[in-house]
Amino acid sequence: MKEIVIDPITRLEGHGNVSIFLNDKGEVENAYLKIPELRGFEKFCIGRRAELMPQLTTRICGVCPVAHHFASVKALDAAFNVEPPSAAKKLRELMNCGYYIYDHTLHFYYLGGPDFIVGPDAPAEKRNILGVIEKAGLDVAKEVIKHRAYGQKITAIIGGKATHPVCAIPGGISKALSEENRQEIETLAKSSVEFAKFTLKIFHDLVLGNSKYLDLIKSDAYTMNTYYMGTVDAKNKVNFYDGKVRVVDPSGKEFLKFEPKDYLKHVGEHVEEWTYSKFPYLKKIGWKGFAYGPDSGVYRVGPLGRLNASDGMATPLAQAEYEVMYKTLGKPVHGTLAFHWARLIELLYAAERAVELAKDPEITSTNIRNKPGTPGEGIGIVEAARGTLIHHYTLDKDAMVKDVNMIVATTNNYPAICMSIRDAAKGLIHGGKVDQGILNKVEMAFRAYDPCFGCATHFAVGQMPLTVEVFDSNKQRIQTLQR
Amino acid sequence: MSQKLKIAFYWAASCGGCEIAVLDINEKILDVVKIADIVFWPVAMDVKYKDVENMPDKYIDITFFNGSIRNSEQEHMAKLLRKKSKTLVAFGSCAHEGCIPGLANLNNRDEIFEQVYVKDKSNVNPKAVMPKTTTTVKEGTLKIPEFYDTVKTLGQTVDVDYYLPGCPPPVKLISNAIDAIAQGKLPPKGSVLAPLKAVCDECPRKRDNKKITKIYRVHEKAPDPDRCLMEQGIICMGFATRSGCGAQCLNVDMPCTGCGGATPNQPEVGAGMITALASILGIDKEPGQYTDEDVEKLMNQIKDPVGTFYMYSLPASILKRKVMKK
Ligand code: SF4
Ligand code: SF4
Ligand code: SF4
Repeated sequence: MKEIVIDPITRLEGHGNVSIFLNDKGEVENAYLKIPELRGFEKFCIGRRAELMPQLTTRICGVCPVAHHFASVKALDAAFNVEPPSAAKKLRELMNCGYYIYDHTLHFYYLGGPDFIVGPDAPAEKRNILGVIEKAGLDVAKEVIKHRAYGQKITAIIGGKATHPVCAIPGGISKALSEENRQEIETLAKSSVEFAKFTLKIFHDLVLGNSKYLDLIKSDAYTMNTYYMGTVDAKNKVNFYDGKVRVVDPSGKEFLKFEPKDYLKHVGEHVEEWTYSKFPYLKKIGWKGFAYGPDSGVYRVGPLGRLNASDGMATPLAQAEYEVMYKTLGKPVHGTLAFHWARLIELLYAAERAVELAKDPEITSTNIRNKPGTPGEGIGIVEAARGTLIHHYTLDKDAMVKDVNMIVATTNNYPAICMSIRDAAKGLIHGGKVDQGILNKVEMAFRAYDPCFGCATHFAVGQMPLTVEVFDSNKQRIQTLQR
Repeated sequence: MSQKLKIAFYWAASCGGCEIAVLDINEKILDVVKIADIVFWPVAMDVKYKDVENMPDKYIDITFFNGSIRNSEQEHMAKLLRKKSKTLVAFGSCAHEGCIPGLANLNNRDEIFEQVYVKDKSNVNPKAVMPKTTTTVKEGTLKIPEFYDTVKTLGQTVDVDYYLPGCPPPVKLISNAIDAIAQGKLPPKGSVLAPLKAVCDECPRKRDNKKITKIYRVHEKAPDPDRCLMEQGIICMGFATRSGCGAQCLNVDMPCTGCGGATPNQPEVGAGMITALASILGIDKEPGQYTDEDVEKLMNQIKDPVGTFYMYSLPASILKRKVMKK
């Protein structure tokens, strides 16, 4: 049996390591995505002061600290049995929109997008942000840099710091929004709406306008019918900050809809020896290994998961684009590469929603904190850019942390990512023929998820270039590819 | 400048926030590109790892290294980049002092594994399966790096030339460092590239030298927005923390938690804070002369002193580990 090791994967926020096993005919037998590290937040957060949790847990991930900040404080709201005033909730949601603007922009232009914009077969040294600038032009680059920064700016205004914000306190938020800052956010958000429209146009022109790419999106190697999960509002529209968790089955039918506090009834985590990350699955179906379809408990989250699990978007422009996507690809969309499209629809939604919130007369209210009650147990769920994020704490009578459980966005997708890699490898590698182009296409399968393994295992992010080792059946290394 | 500088960025056990901080310099990155070639930056470029190994020693002018050291792979990269770089900068609190992920040193590996793989409420793991460095599956053998028992800072692993503090380092400090590099005006080796003053010196809040008798936690009290938080009884680490961030947490009425590391006149943030607290709580003695009773009285008021005072600096602190069981 031959073994190919992809170690580690470039341009994704985190560190993964793929081993692909070939059989004697040179066909792919199986593939494993290993997560090489763990950090142990669930343990060392025990004994800390509860109110520090929103700040401690941001360090799980510097890419999506905002999502952790709010999932954490929502868990504390519940644990202290306090409902934040409506203005506080809106401010949290507004900041969360700023985070989506920055994060989805980061992924599309810097991380996953280069595969499409520059092209999957382009030389490795071109498939990055600099290659994007070359292809799309310096004016585009300036817009990209500007709007990524706008998203960060919105977070910094409300959160104090963009990376590792500090504003969340149980029962509300630390500071009211001044009228001056509100105006600034409104301007940034309006500009972001235009930017999102413009980005979707690039996507339509470069990707959807190219039948080769469209075929790639629809190809078997990138298709997987799974369950999908996302948070929805009362009308089953996508919501990033609050609502019920909805799961649809592979045919798109509602399978579950539950309150955050009931997550343990529905989600379990399976452990394997060969990786530091765990594998979440739907308890009602059970863990059936790395399989998909209605009989496997594997589900997917993140942009495509949310859109599939919803009935639409709550803002008009995003809703229009949502309809275009499903008209083009059918619903639910099982094509993994459609994550990119879904992500851009969400970018537009985040910007539109930010404008709505910035214009909301209540947003500058100074009624932003309610008094926490007696400490106990609480669960908080938000949608992080990469998927449903769950924090669950138990506090003692002095409001010190007694127990912690977290299911982090990318972790939900981990079983599916493993299968996407396996299937892409099976579809693309034949007769033992492995070259850089094929390997990049295999990598594209998981880059689509925008996986952030820093989050996935609350482990350290680290990244090195790709190393591929091919072993023959006697475990002799016969080939090494590096880039 | 006749020749362009060669710069590298690397992340070890990092949350990625330090990488984002580099992106947050925004347009300034164009200045960087003017004076320097980025020869290695795994997060943003497809790079050849082997090329780093093939570089002559001291080929890279400056390497910015973020994250702490938690496994064998990271240790290897720290040593490799040290060898290949003329100047090595510990970038961010993780590389500098160990940061929040360094609180893992309060527990050992077994305790962490037990919690994560067995006790966590969502686990369904009746056989208590735990990750192993080598696993045999039907197709072959799978290996993962060993999980070190202790989080180490970069300076505990290799020789470091400069430190850029903060979690993540504030944009202003990053651009100051870039300017200093561009002008060849870096301070003496070993310097921390941040102002000598404390966060209090950058904080606009009014101080009246008031003593306090009770300590409040942030959720227990909405503070007066203009007055010093410490003097309102909310523990703020601004006294003992190095400035450079513009007191940004205070901008949203939240206390400094000390991510900037210790001020130069203190051996560490924790020691500095205990002195500061003693004085504000009305123990009017010279530091070092408190009785055990004084200290105990004070500590009794503070929940989780280790997690509070050493939130960002446990691996680097004189405490090191609460317990070193293995
Ligand atoms: S110093 Fe802070 S921002 Fe930088 S890697 Fe460590 S936790 Fe993340
Ligand atoms: S203790 Fe905190 S609030 Fe008071 S002056 Fe210093 S930084 Fe400002
Ligand atoms: S105020 Fe303190 S905790 Fe906040 S950024 Fe500055 S040094 Fe870090």
